[in-house]
Amino acid sequence: MTDGAVPRFWREIPQRYNLIANQCGVCNKVYFPPRESCPYCRRKSMGKMVQKKLSGKGTILTYTIIYIPPDHFIGQVPYPLAIIQLDEGPKVTAQIVDAKIDDIKIGMKVKATFRKIHEDGYIGAIHYGYKFKPAEVNL
Amino acid sequence: MADVGIVSYGAHIPRFRIKSSEIAHAWGKDPEIIAGGLGIIEKSVPSPDQDVATISVEAARAAISRSNINPQDVGAIYVGSESHPYAVKPTGTIVGEAIGATPVIKVADYEFACKAGTAAIQTCMALVKSDMIRYGIAIGADTSQAAPGDPLEYAASAGGAAFIIGKENVIANINNTCSYTTDTPDFWRREGRKYPSHGGRFTGAPAYFKHITNNAKNLMELQNTKPEDYNFAVFHQPNGKFPMKVAKMIGFTTEQVKQGLLCPIIGNTYSGATMIGLASILDVAKPGDRIFVTSYGSGAGSDAFDITVTDKIKDLQVHNAPLVSQLIESKEYIDYSTYAQFRDLLYED
Amino acid sequence: MVREVAIIGIGLTKFGELWDKSFRNLISEAGAKAIIDSGISGSEIDALYIGSMSGGRFVGQEHVGALVADSAGFAHMHIPSIRVESACASGGLAIRQGYLSVASGLNDIVVVGGVEKMTDVVGTEATDILATGLDQEWEAFFGATFSGEYAMIATRHMYDFNTTREQIAQVAVKNHANGALNPYSQFKRPITLEQVMKAPIAAYPLGMLDCSPVSDGAAAVILCAAEKAKNYTDKPVKIIGSGQASDTLSLHGRDNICTFESTKYAAKMAYEQAKINPNDIDVAEVHDCFTIAEILAIEDLGFVNKGDGGKAIDEKITTIDGNIPVNTSGGLKAKGHPVGATGVSQIAEIVMQLRGDADKRQIKDAKIGLTHNVGAGGASCIVHILGAM
Repeated sequence: MTDGAVPRFWREIPQRYNLIANQCGVCNKVYFPPRESCPYCRRKSMGKMVQKKLSGKGTILTYTIIYIPPDHFIGQVPYPLAIIQLDEGPKVTAQIVDAKIDDIKIGMKVKATFRKIHEDGYIGAIHYGYKFKPAEVNL
Repeated sequence: MADVGIVSYGAHIPRFRIKSSEIAHAWGKDPEIIAGGLGIIEKSVPSPDQDVATISVEAARAAISRSNINPQDVGAIYVGSESHPYAVKPTGTIVGEAIGATPVIKVADYEFACKAGTAAIQTCMALVKSDMIRYGIAIGADTSQAAPGDPLEYAASAGGAAFIIGKENVIANINNTCSYTTDTPDFWRREGRKYPSHGGRFTGAPAYFKHITNNAKNLMELQNTKPEDYNFAVFHQPNGKFPMKVAKMIGFTTEQVKQGLLCPIIGNTYSGATMIGLASILDVAKPGDRIFVTSYGSGAGSDAFDITVTDKIKDLQVHNAPLVSQLIESKEYIDYSTYAQFRDLLYED
Repeated sequence: MVREVAIIGIGLTKFGELWDKSFRNLISEAGAKAIIDSGISGSEIDALYIGSMSGGRFVGQEHVGALVADSAGFAHMHIPSIRVESACASGGLAIRQGYLSVASGLNDIVVVGGVEKMTDVVGTEATDILATGLDQEWEAFFGATFSGEYAMIATRHMYDFNTTREQIAQVAVKNHANGALNPYSQFKRPITLEQVMKAPIAAYPLGMLDCSPVSDGAAAVILCAAEKAKNYTDKPVKIIGSGQASDTLSLHGRDNICTFESTKYAAKMAYEQAKINPNDIDVAEVHDCFTIAEILAIEDLGFVNKGDGGKAIDEKITTIDGNIPVNTSGGLKAKGHPVGATGVSQIAEIVMQLRGDADKRQIKDAKIGLTHNVGAGGASCIVHILGAM
């Protein structure tokens, strides 16, 4: 038995693989995930939302270390989870990797990397997406 | 065969390492004898959220970032591995999406044990040379598995490299390539099985050594060269001993082989092995340097390449991505129980 | 509002791991108790409003409105039966919808029930079902859990306001002390600060004892047009304020992680309707799904300034003897949190306080009480203010 639900996650590949956001053509606010229209400019923004690829760079706003995980993540604990403010404005929730748990701090600069998010058991699909690692030079 | 060559390259080695002494302890073996016999001190281990797709994406993104190539101009991607995440559903499409090269692109996955990646290089060369594509990306990557307690466990590691092949702004010309292939069952893994089987000592003389030495001889005959004509040589490296031995058999020196010999400190990255070795050489090569590359894949075959580094290597923005030496240095050790959990050893085959 | 609304009866089941009781048993029991308490015969009921987060995933049952009407013995009366959902605020939402239907003149008497049967699935499944209140695509998919989200709020609150881990833990100690006085509560033994601090970690910095439990239970109240209330009971309690607000589904979508704007807006709506200030509140039941949630609640409801929630716990402002007693029932933490039932059980506790029926938990001279029910991580909130008639 698998989750099925493959199209639901396939639709978001551009967001999960490449942080494809969009920007309101009227007020320039950036939205991730992309929105059909800007909540502030409303109908003026319809048809004026422009696709924008984010850099993946951001700052940790807050974090936790998950010890009791959702079903799909059993076997990965403990793992750090953070809310990250991306440089372009939007915020995301994502795991932190390649960092010692003690080194994770509010204000830490991070950048997006490509990892397996979860697999649907041994026979289901594998879903890839973003996690964030410390933004040291080059690595 | 001028014109076609490497335009950019990138590599990725996962951070975690396990020492061969740690594995030896788990199995009650003498660590000195293991390290001495195999010539492997430690190997790389992928974390549970890394696989051949994620490693290939890292390597491909590294290669793209070092060049000025528009991903939409990449006409083909071939990923060679013996541990693709899916038996059916290509790794190449995941890489294509992740670097923004889709949808007008040719993609397939390759398998030929440890030489699947170099076979991909040959394919990209042909597509570029025939003007069917502008750039092609050849990737060799693995997160190979060895049965717990088997001698292969000390070597089977994880890593990968990507080479962008083209005609424009070539940083290293591939002067020629040739291959030597026979049906030799030295090492294999049946469909649906988790761990490979191998022929023990049969993997040596009739397999690794025969194919590499014959292929190398053939290439040097074609090119009218001798070992002394090369600054660097890199061979497939299943352990720390075989490449040194085969180098000597052909006539290469330790000096020539040193830069590309990484197995002692990252293990055997299978389809990534020869390719990461080549990446390590390109990290330090100068214009005019000549490189001799010979891969080996069980089953069995060898691909050899005669490469000359061009002036354009100075224009490559190599520091936009980590050098192989930096990837090697960036490490964190784990113990055998963590390794068993990461590598999913606790579940039955 | 067109006319005022009163609560004329309340009913509660015990909260806990009730292996012998099914979803149907629970809601029928609570409903029957409420009807008996109110003095109505049952034929006066115009409609049923039910709050339940996930009958579908906990017991495989949707069409909960119809199920409850049938279990409670009203199917032959063919009255409307409405099930509403707002994650953990489903109960509060049912109260508000029932209230609006009476205030508008549509109905004279309605039963509002809240129910959840969480132990028919294994614990890990219950956790996953609760997480469906989070953003499935952009939070839960990436590994977030309910406790993880609130833990991130705790981390930031400690960073912004120097709130300490001990202050956060103290909320659990207080609520268990209160719960020990409540015959309906799931946990009846006090706990110590040390026990809370040393409990196994759920999501750092929150431990198991910072988290409300998985529970079964149901609660029901009877709402009646205030002008008719005295026909049925001599202890009616009036709903003098009702407010509801929404916010971004994901926690990361908020402007400020340490403030629940949904609480502030819902409370503002209720305070304005009741024409009172936060310091007029004598007793409050707030949504302490996690200890840190109570700290945020007393700030966002205006009982203390933003950032002073931790200090308020230290100064014991919110104990039974304090200036503004919070969660005299034991809160979600000690009383239990059968999700859909919670919002309705909060109303029941305040009614008991205002009637003078809260026994050992009684706050002297309680005249005005407040209930605060939050959906998941603050994406929705319903606040009610009750006054003795």
